Amino acid sequence: MWNCLIVLVERAMFVLYGSRFAFRVNMAAPLVPLQRFCKLASLHVCGRRRLWSSSVATPPSLYKRLLLALTQRFYDVEILLNWRSQLKSQALQKKNASLTPLEHEHLNTVSHTDRASLGYYHYTQEHYGDNVASAYFILNMHGSFRYAGQSEWFRSDSSGKFSWDFVNQKDSLLEEVDLGHTVINQMGLGNLVGNPLRTLSLRGCHEVDDWALARLHVFQDTLEELDISCCPHITIGGLAALRNLKGLHRLNVSSLPRLGSPGLVIIMLEEMLPLCQVTAKGYDLSLTQLGGN
Amino acid sequence: MDKVADALPGSQWSPFEMNPNLPPERADIVIIGGGVIGWSIAYWLKKKERVRDGVKVIVVEKDPTYSQASTVLSAGGIRQQFSLTENIQLSLASADFMRNINEHLGVLNQEPVDLQFNHSGYLFVANESVAHIMEENYSTQRFAGAKVSLLSPVQLKEKFPWINTEDVALASYGLENEGWFDPWTLLNAFRQKAISMGVIQSIGEVTGFNCTLNRMDTVDGETVDVKRIKHVNVRMPNSREYQPVECAIVVNAAGAFSAKLVDMMGIGTGPKDTLSGMALPVEPRKRFIYVFNCPDGPGLDCPFLVDYSGIYFRREGLGGNYITGTSPEEDAEPDVSNLDVDHEFFQEKIWPSLAHRVPAFESLKVTSAWAGYYDYNTFDQNAILGIHPLAQNMFFATGFSGHGLQQSPAAGRAVAELILDGSYQTLDLKGLGFQRIMAKEPLLEKNIV
Repeated sequence: MWNCLIVLVERAMFVLYGSRFAFRVNMAAPLVPLQRFCKLASLHVCGRRRLWSSSVATPPSLYKRLLLALTQRFYDVEILLNWRSQLKSQALQKKNASLTPLEHEHLNTVSHTDRASLGYYHYTQEHYGDNVASAYFILNMHGSFRYAGQSEWFRSDSSGKFSWDFVNQKDSLLEEVDLGHTVINQMGLGNLVGNPLRTLSLRGCHEVDDWALARLHVFQDTLEELDISCCPHITIGGLAALRNLKGLHRLNVSSLPRLGSPGLVIIMLEEMLPLCQVTAKGYDLSLTQLGGN
Repeated sequence: MDKVADALPGSQWSPFEMNPNLPPERADIVIIGGGVIGWSIAYWLKKKERVRDGVKVIVVEKDPTYSQASTVLSAGGIRQQFSLTENIQLSLASADFMRNINEHLGVLNQEPVDLQFNHSGYLFVANESVAHIMEENYSTQRFAGAKVSLLSPVQLKEKFPWINTEDVALASYGLENEGWFDPWTLLNAFRQKAISMGVIQSIGEVTGFNCTLNRMDTVDGETVDVKRIKHVNVRMPNSREYQPVECAIVVNAAGAFSAKLVDMMGIGTGPKDTLSGMALPVEPRKRFIYVFNCPDGPGLDCPFLVDYSGIYFRREGLGGNYITGTSPEEDAEPDVSNLDVDHEFFQEKIWPSLAHRVPAFESLKVTSAWAGYYDYNTFDQNAILGIHPLAQNMFFATGFSGHGLQQSPAAGRAVAELILDGSYQTLDLKGLGFQRIMAKEPLLEKNIV
């Protein structure tokens, strides 16, 4: 199968790029460039597939197409783009740095990028305690929270500044947390462990995926309200992870683009969480007619 | 003009027709077996090489349609509820790998990898006679970092009202990192990433090895032949043409058919209880999986339930479909020459236990079934990772006995560390080597499904 693809691609490349590639192919020994060619060919084929893929709603912009063409011709561009995406994901990991350094035996199971971001909030945690460190983390992520027993919300303003009053409340535990529209991911959620959360909002978070939902089981005794609407990476597999939150009263799963059959999923969620009121707006639940009359 | 160009040196033309599909004449590492373990090892080898194109890796697979491969016929579950610490660590590390799978296996310009991971957890149900084993396992699992909880029969009935808890003494429920996913997606993700990093895929069957022999005397006075593989003969499909690939290291990731490769080398043919008689204790065992439909069955919170009687089932999709299976008795193992399904087995062995555990399953309809091979380790049903003392450069990654898929990312990394670094770096899996087979000390896993 690969060989047919390679032959086809070879012809396509000769036609599209003219003599440059054809010359290289003719000059080289039969199998040595196969490795490089496979790499280029696979990129080329896959790149083409991406452009023509029916799952892409809109065709990519001119800038993206230019980048794609350059990546296919030059290894340098490919490496630079790889570095760019790696740096982006490292920045994200750093933002979501873990509060607690993991115990030694568990370090073996953690990937190297997670390990690199350990200890960012370690100073705060050592000097002010876990609760203040969690609160500082939330404010750093541009979220907001409310302590148990108080009615005042702590939040940061649009430029990222916030008041430092929370530092004095070392023993207060978090009750309501709003992390909507932030870059929180599954690692960051681990920083909220230990608080008896009753309300958690993850509305519109692009980095929250099924694995993040799987981590919510630590709040199973106290969580009453959960909002995961408009998160583009959540699928049915992640919603199955909400099985542990039996005490949930309100769940908002509106506008999740990756749910295949939202009507059925809503019914199954209601069945799984009997005490829960499920809000699900933004879906087209009208019945479609199948077959011809 | 074309003919003149062809006749000049440096042109591609040759009077002898060469099969363009032959693998290269020379490689550093040849991985025999293109299942998830083989491609995982290939990916990690390329990931760990310090120099670009530092190791030349070839993966040899005899069947590109994967019609008999264990990977794609598997139920696709992943759990940390084992009794052996090494198994728990392998599973946990694999779950961590899958958590960040796009970071590891994402190829630029391609769609992100979607494993369709269902985070539904495993539920093990025990009666009184095995409850104490479950409690011991629970403390081992917690110590190793698995997120498991124990449930009493009352709590079990409260969580899952559709279970019959009459003879249940204890249940063990996974909270995180457990569930099931799509094995084909993982295999393809490993393959695409490895190929994009420069691994060469070769379609062909290994028919023999050229080895050099070193006759030595052991401390006990036994004379053994220590072999070193020089060439791997790869034969093209439907042809007599073969290519002897000169290589430094061979990795045996052939799964259920690993023992054939060891026979080709002539290892394990000596008298029993001697070093030269120590063959690879891995053989194919056929296991059936049945798909059935039950409209009144458990809903979205249905875990991968494993009963103490050996049967298991899990939800498949949202339409009331479930898949189930069990391990047959030792003396009633089905014939492994083909992958035909025995439907009587479901009627006699599985349905009664299913209906007993979940009363709603008394009325169900079997819609389809398939069979696949376990690479069953007859010695102790755990993986064999490492070198055989009589084959100096053959690394084994086989004998997973049904856990290969869930341990593949971590096992691939472990074998790549053995090959490139010389010893295990992240997980200490020395206990899974050939030492235990030589010393006849089985490392039994008490929780096999």
